[in-house]
Amino acid sequence: MADVAAAPPRAQHNWSIGWGDAGPFLALAALVAIGYLINPDFLSANNIANVVTRSAFIAIIAIGATFVISSGGLDLSVGSMAAFITGVMILFMNTVAPSVGTAAIPLGMAVALVTGIACGLLNGTIVTVGRIEPFIATLGTMGIFRALITYMTDGGTVAIDRSLRDAYRPVYFGDVLGVPIPILVSLAVALVAAYVLYRTRYGRRCVAVGANEDVARYSGISVTRIRITAYVIQGACVAIAAICYVPRLGAATPTTGLLWELQVITAVVIGGTALRGGRGRVWGTVAGAVILEFIANLMVLSDFVSEYLVAAVQGVIIIIAMLIQRMSKR
Amino acid sequence: MLRNALIAAGVTAALLATGPASAAEKKVIAVSIPAADHGWTAGVVYHANAAAKEINKAFPGIEVIVKTSPSASAQVSAIEDMSATRKMDALVILPHSSEELTTPVKTIKEKGTFITVVDRGLNDPHIQDLYVAGDNIAVGFNTAKFLVEKMGGKGNLVVLRGIPTVIDDERIKGFQDGIKGSDLKILDIQYANWNSDEAFKLMQDYLAKYPQIDAVWANDDDMLLGVLEAIKQSGRKDIKFALGGNGMKEIIEKVKAGDAMTPVETPYPPSMIKTAIYLTAAHFAGHAPVRGALKLDAPLITKDNAEEYYFPDSPF
Repeated sequence: MADVAAAPPRAQHNWSIGWGDAGPFLALAALVAIGYLINPDFLSANNIANVVTRSAFIAIIAIGATFVISSGGLDLSVGSMAAFITGVMILFMNTVAPSVGTAAIPLGMAVALVTGIACGLLNGTIVTVGRIEPFIATLGTMGIFRALITYMTDGGTVAIDRSLRDAYRPVYFGDVLGVPIPILVSLAVALVAAYVLYRTRYGRRCVAVGANEDVARYSGISVTRIRITAYVIQGACVAIAAICYVPRLGAATPTTGLLWELQVITAVVIGGTALRGGRGRVWGTVAGAVILEFIANLMVLSDFVSEYLVAAVQGVIIIIAMLIQRMSKR
Repeated sequence: MLRNALIAAGVTAALLATGPASAAEKKVIAVSIPAADHGWTAGVVYHANAAAKEINKAFPGIEVIVKTSPSASAQVSAIEDMSATRKMDALVILPHSSEELTTPVKTIKEKGTFITVVDRGLNDPHIQDLYVAGDNIAVGFNTAKFLVEKMGGKGNLVVLRGIPTVIDDERIKGFQDGIKGSDLKILDIQYANWNSDEAFKLMQDYLAKYPQIDAVWANDDDMLLGVLEAIKQSGRKDIKFALGGNGMKEIIEKVKAGDAMTPVETPYPPSMIKTAIYLTAAHFAGHAPVRGALKLDAPLITKDNAEEYYFPDSPF
């Protein structure tokens, strides 16, 4: 993945944007149509709202991962990091709640953001300054974050203080004009991310570094700074996801966020971002996250998949979604 | 992990301080259990440490050492290291997996160590001197019997299973046997991997799929937490009962408070490790015969007996 020097620099053809980027949305549309045929309840407003809301965590984290991956990096620690941030946030809020009341919630959100940025900075520094392969570096921090959350919870559960529970609940379960808040948050994150990636100098440099590190360096781009920033964006996204996640079950456990990293990477790749870097698609990533959650939902709503085979069918559908995405690019 | 290392270091330091002469006279009971990686194992670690503390205080002639391991292979190394470096009069073990631990435990047995096996049995039952376990079939069966009785023998159920293992299979089998002959119908049964988040999603999907659900059984309390949150969000009134299993303190609190939706609980208590350590200590301290097998019942926990299963300081 870091061996981008061997890959030929790929030109960005403006004319290819259009059909080429429609792939994940075509796959999503196909899935919705199939879902409706299997079980008409699939398209009920309630079900759609539930499923899209659920996909928000993965979508938000995956938007961050779009930056890391398009810059030629990888972050395996996001699931553990989400659990760790959740734990830090809950413990902090429970500590200050007796003295500041519900003001503990915005303070907790700030603490979560700072923690996330710090975690991202740590990952980015190890990868760039430490010159360690992103796969190994973030595999290491993945273990570290997971162990820390297990330590903080004594292996059990840390639950949010009862006095904060009801005040915080709307952040996951509430809605504005009928649209659940987590969906609005992920849309806002996607809008900002799309602007940064497509319209700013940082975004273009990020993709350039992923396309060819050496060429980017010769053109005077600070590869280290670009990469660290990508990991910091990732950390901030994980923190935002954690902020939306905490009110759902109101607790952190050692199994929180388990294997989210794989879902995140899958969402990013289904969305059209190149796993080897050099190409990032923010809206495709969001579609990818929704596709994954729709697939899981359909497995339950349909009656013809044995409970033992669910994972296999999911795997097949993911591969088919990738093929649709690929073919639409040609 | 860090704390376990600290505990191990502390135990070693304490041993060095007491000196070899007095340590040699003590009967050493080594306890090998999985590291706390989810609620139930966290409870095991808590109760094992509590038992060690109590027994070390009560019986000066016995020393209990607790060692946790994150995986089956780490557990094999841990017990081999313990038996290689010191005298071990008894080994109380909750094996990560039956297959991998059978031969290493047998080797230790051959040195004359008293073997107590907890929860998961080894492949060769002749190795153990004492076996302590809960009753997974009864966990499912007793829950099912309660539902059959309270629902007048008919209604629609949905079930959440854990991770495909013997434990999960036994609970489901007990449950299916329990509803046999009644008109309770299982509409759907899916895996949620003993994880609250997955259970939350699965329950949302069940609610979207079935307009009438009379009761839910999640075969573990971690999953029940997710189920309850999904029911609360849906605002649905058709669900009369949502039951779990294992004896998590948050759920026992509901039972104590007389919750309408979760009025009972079935235990598969992590405190069984404590039972095993105490019985093993009785073998040395009380000269009481303990060889045999002890199967703890899984009686329904109701408001009346909830206190017996309530451990407010335990993480589970």
